[in-house]
Amino acid sequence: MLGPGVPFYLVVSGLLFAVGTMGVLLRRSPLVVLLSLEIMLNASNLALVAFSRLTGELDGQIFALAVMAVAASEVCIGLGLIVAMARRNLELDVDRLSELRG
Amino acid sequence: MRHPVGNVLVWIIWVIAATACVGTGVRVVTATSPFSSALSLIGNLASLAVLYLLASAEFVAAAQVLVYAGAVMVMFLFVIAYLGGRADAPFAGGTRLIQIASVVASGLLLAVTLVALLLKAGGRLSDEAEVETAFGSPAEIGRLFLTDHLLAFEITSIVLLIAAVGGVVLGMRSSAEDSFPPPDRHPQERTTIAGDPAFGGQTPEVAGFAAGSSRGEDAS
Repeated sequence: MLGPGVPFYLVVSGLLFAVGTMGVLLRRSPLVVLLSLEIMLNASNLALVAFSRLTGELDGQIFALAVMAVAASEVCIGLGLIVAMARRNLELDVDRLSELRG
Repeated sequence: MRHPVGNVLVWIIWVIAATACVGTGVRVVTATSPFSSALSLIGNLASLAVLYLLASAEFVAAAQVLVYAGAVMVMFLFVIAYLGGRADAPFAGGTRLIQIASVVASGLLLAVTLVALLLKAGGRLSDEAEVETAFGSPAEIGRLFLTDHLLAFEITSIVLLIAAVGGVVLGMRSSAEDSFPPPDRHPQERTTIAGDPAFGGQTPEVAGFAAGSSRGEDAS
C-alpha cells in the first residue's frame, strides 16, 4: 500500500468522529446537528474502508455503501422534519423543541 | 518500498486531503451561518473521497461524490435557502459548564477509541493484505452486491423507498398550517421573529404581512 498505513486513516476517522460529536453536542440549530451527524457517519465510513483495505476483503466497502444509503434516507427524513417544524412556526432550536415531551 | 517517488507523492496528497478533511469538519461545527457549514461539508466530503481513493476504494469514492456531495448536499442547500434567516441559530446551548463538558466528552471519546484500538490491534494494523488492482472497482462491488450481499442490497432499496414515502408524508401541507409566515396564532413567537436582525428588527406591524392579514380577518 503506497502512502500512509491503516493507523493514519483510523486517526483521521477518530478525529472526524470527535469533531462531529462536538457539533451534535454544542450546536442548537437542527440543521447544523444534521450536518454534524453526516460528519460522524462519514468518519465511520472512512474506518470501514480502511479496515476493508487492511483485511483485503470488500465487505467493509459494501457496508460503507449501505451506510451511505441509510445516511441519505436519514437526511431526507430529517430535512422533512425541519421543514415541517418551520411550517408550524416552531422555533428551530433543539433545546426548546419540547412539544413531544411526555 | 518499491516505488519511492510514488510513495512520497501519495503521502503528500494524503496529508493535504486529511488536513482539508479535519479542517473543513471543524469549520462545519464552528461556522455561524448554516450556509457556510453546508459548503464546508461539501469540501469535507470531497476530501474524504480523495482518502477513499488512496485506500483503493474507487467505487465508494465515486458514490461519495455523486450521492453525498451532489444529491444530499443540494437538498441541504435547498432547505437552508427555504428557511432563510430562520435557519440561523445561536452557536451553543446551555451553560458554559455544559459546553466545556461536551468538548471534554468528545475529546475523551477520541482518546478512548484510539487507545483501545492501538492497544488491542496495534501490531496487526501495519501489515495490510496484498490486493490486486481490481480491488474496490465497480465490477467487484457489483458482483458482491448481487451474490454475497443480495439481502443487504434489497433491504437498502426498501429503506430508501420508505424514506422517500416518509419525506412526502412529512412534506404534505395541511390547510391549518398553510401559510409561512403563519397567521397570528402565536403572538409571542411572531414578536421574536420581528425582533430578529434578519427582518431588520422592525415592529411586528411593519415586519410581517401576517399581522396585517389577521387584523383584516378581525375587521370582517
